[in-house]
Amino acid sequence: MSLINWIDDRFPLTKVWNEHLAQYYAPKNFNFWYYFGGLAVVVLVLQIVTGIILTMHYKPDAELAFASVEYIMRDVPAGWFVRYLHGVGASMFFLVVYLHMFRGLMYGSYRNPRELIWILGMVIYVALMAEAFFGYLLPWGNMSYWGAQVIISLFGAIPVIGEPLAEWIRGDFVVSDATLNRFFAFHVILLPLLLALLVYLHIVALHKVGSNNPDGIDIKKNKDKDGIPVDGIPFHPYYTVKDTFGIAVFMTIFLGIVFFVPELGGWFLEKDNFAPADILQTPPDIVPLWYLTPYYSILRAVTFEWLPGGAKVWGVIAMGAAIVMFFFLPWLDRAKVRSIRYRGWMYKTALTIFAVTFVMLGYLGTKNPGHIDLFLFENVIWAQIGMLLYFAFFLLMPIYTTLDRTKPEPDRVG
Amino acid sequence: MKSVIKKLLPLVLVFSSPAAMAAGGGGEHLDSAYINLADKASLRRGAHTFVNYCLSCHEASFMRYDRMARDLDIDLTDLREEMMFASDRPGDLMKVNMSAEDAESWLGVTPPDLSLTARSHGPDWIYTYMRGFYRDPGTATGWNNTLFPNVAMPHILYEWQGLRSANFEVASNGAKSLAGFDQISPGSMNAEEYDGAMRDLTNFMVYLAEPAKLVRYKIGIWVMVFMLVFIGLAYALKKEYWRDVH
Repeated sequence: MSLINWIDDRFPLTKVWNEHLAQYYAPKNFNFWYYFGGLAVVVLVLQIVTGIILTMHYKPDAELAFASVEYIMRDVPAGWFVRYLHGVGASMFFLVVYLHMFRGLMYGSYRNPRELIWILGMVIYVALMAEAFFGYLLPWGNMSYWGAQVIISLFGAIPVIGEPLAEWIRGDFVVSDATLNRFFAFHVILLPLLLALLVYLHIVALHKVGSNNPDGIDIKKNKDKDGIPVDGIPFHPYYTVKDTFGIAVFMTIFLGIVFFVPELGGWFLEKDNFAPADILQTPPDIVPLWYLTPYYSILRAVTFEWLPGGAKVWGVIAMGAAIVMFFFLPWLDRAKVRSIRYRGWMYKTALTIFAVTFVMLGYLGTKNPGHIDLFLFENVIWAQIGMLLYFAFFLLMPIYTTLDRTKPEPDRVG
Repeated sequence: MKSVIKKLLPLVLVFSSPAAMAAGGGGEHLDSAYINLADKASLRRGAHTFVNYCLSCHEASFMRYDRMARDLDIDLTDLREEMMFASDRPGDLMKVNMSAEDAESWLGVTPPDLSLTARSHGPDWIYTYMRGFYRDPGTATGWNNTLFPNVAMPHILYEWQGLRSANFEVASNGAKSLAGFDQISPGSMNAEEYDGAMRDLTNFMVYLAEPAKLVRYKIGIWVMVFMLVFIGLAYALKKEYWRDVH
């Protein structure tokens, strides 16, 4: 082991290995919901690797982009596999991140002392949305094109500086080659770098305070004579082997989609994106992919033209506020306990309604607002109800978490 | 494990609901094409129709002739003699020797590239469209289409299908719906044969839109087998390591 010693004299290799894996003590009671953080890292790596391969063959040029994607699908050996991995990977990334966030809501993972972990996580989430949005333009399909056109035009709703700002983002009066080139730069350099840095910070912050667990109690309160938490087990090998199993199950589902239903009925790859971008041909319904539709729903739910400045600008504000709400969660929650296991009926009800609302808003965001796809009311009415419930979950939280009758937490994890 | 399945079930339901499939167009009625990509003979018949008729005006500019020959077990000599009219190198893309400007001045519009039509419109759309032509003296070409009203394309395969006229019913609210077709003069095929030929053509166009589809499922099954074995091993390893955790 002289090589290890040689390195250890020059770089803290063994120290880092122990601090973050072999002697990082994680609670022994992690359940199903604790797979998703690790899975998010797996998908991030997969997206970077497949992304590098795609970049070798893709042409960021409005004249060539669409054809270069088809070239990857047909002429590049296994190109279709790499492209589907990357496209399906984007959706799987969000699926995993949403479940990871929901875990945080259930077990109070954002509470003191993990506020900064939560905030860094939310910044990752926002960066991920930007990454997905920029990447979605690159195939230069018609939905890519019009999706970008619509989202960038939202900036135009900002008073005074709106229009010049939208033009500055596009680099043109409409989405064009200039837009494609800069989005390519953002997608392959700026945001991946940012994401890698943020994920690093997210994990460093986590390992400083230690992981939460389904009981929401602090395992560091009970330590043995060596200073090791009695309810903790070393991350490696226990959670590395457990996560290997989780990754195996996840990759089976992932690869099942890639090989058998890569479009997933239009949810992961939209039909309209198999036609090249056409400035003269607007798709019948312009909708973002499913992971952005809850916010798109909120944007479209604000139809109150009597608001000062018009409905559109307030829709943009509501959409932004919907995301910003999450950042304040650590301070909105006043409950004595972290985990849903020891909370009363009020938080349990609120969280259930919030989860259903989020899925409903996501569904409505893919539909025409004037149609009736649920029951009784038009989609826009349901979206307005959903928006109300969405904000109520956050804004009323200080009240219902104070009133809620909690159960005493146990001393040791179950 | 059971609780995992219980927790995942709602997700599966959300993503497999019929609403997920409702990504289609304006709600027009489409006939099911019932294609079968495993039927190579059907794909070859469809390919012949495609290169002989469609490829005169439309391009399939992402597809190479030799790729098609390899995938559909077409002999290279047959390919050159019977299927390559616009180019002479098997490695060429399926392009048309007509500039976009010429096409527009001769035909009114540039015929769209057909490489991906089966993915942008769906197989049932192609199948319904190709069976929706009827005589209409009111249009420039003398042809019209039930699925694509006032389409610029004339009925290229009328010699096969014969001439037909369409009957429409007008409902009390003014909505026009198709009541049926009348055969004005017979073609070289009867209705059943023509539907079969269009099913073959649709089948080929589904292949054309994603050649990888022919191998995707086959590889996928082995990947699934491998992954299931891997899950089993990973689970056994986890169980073994966790034996001493209480």
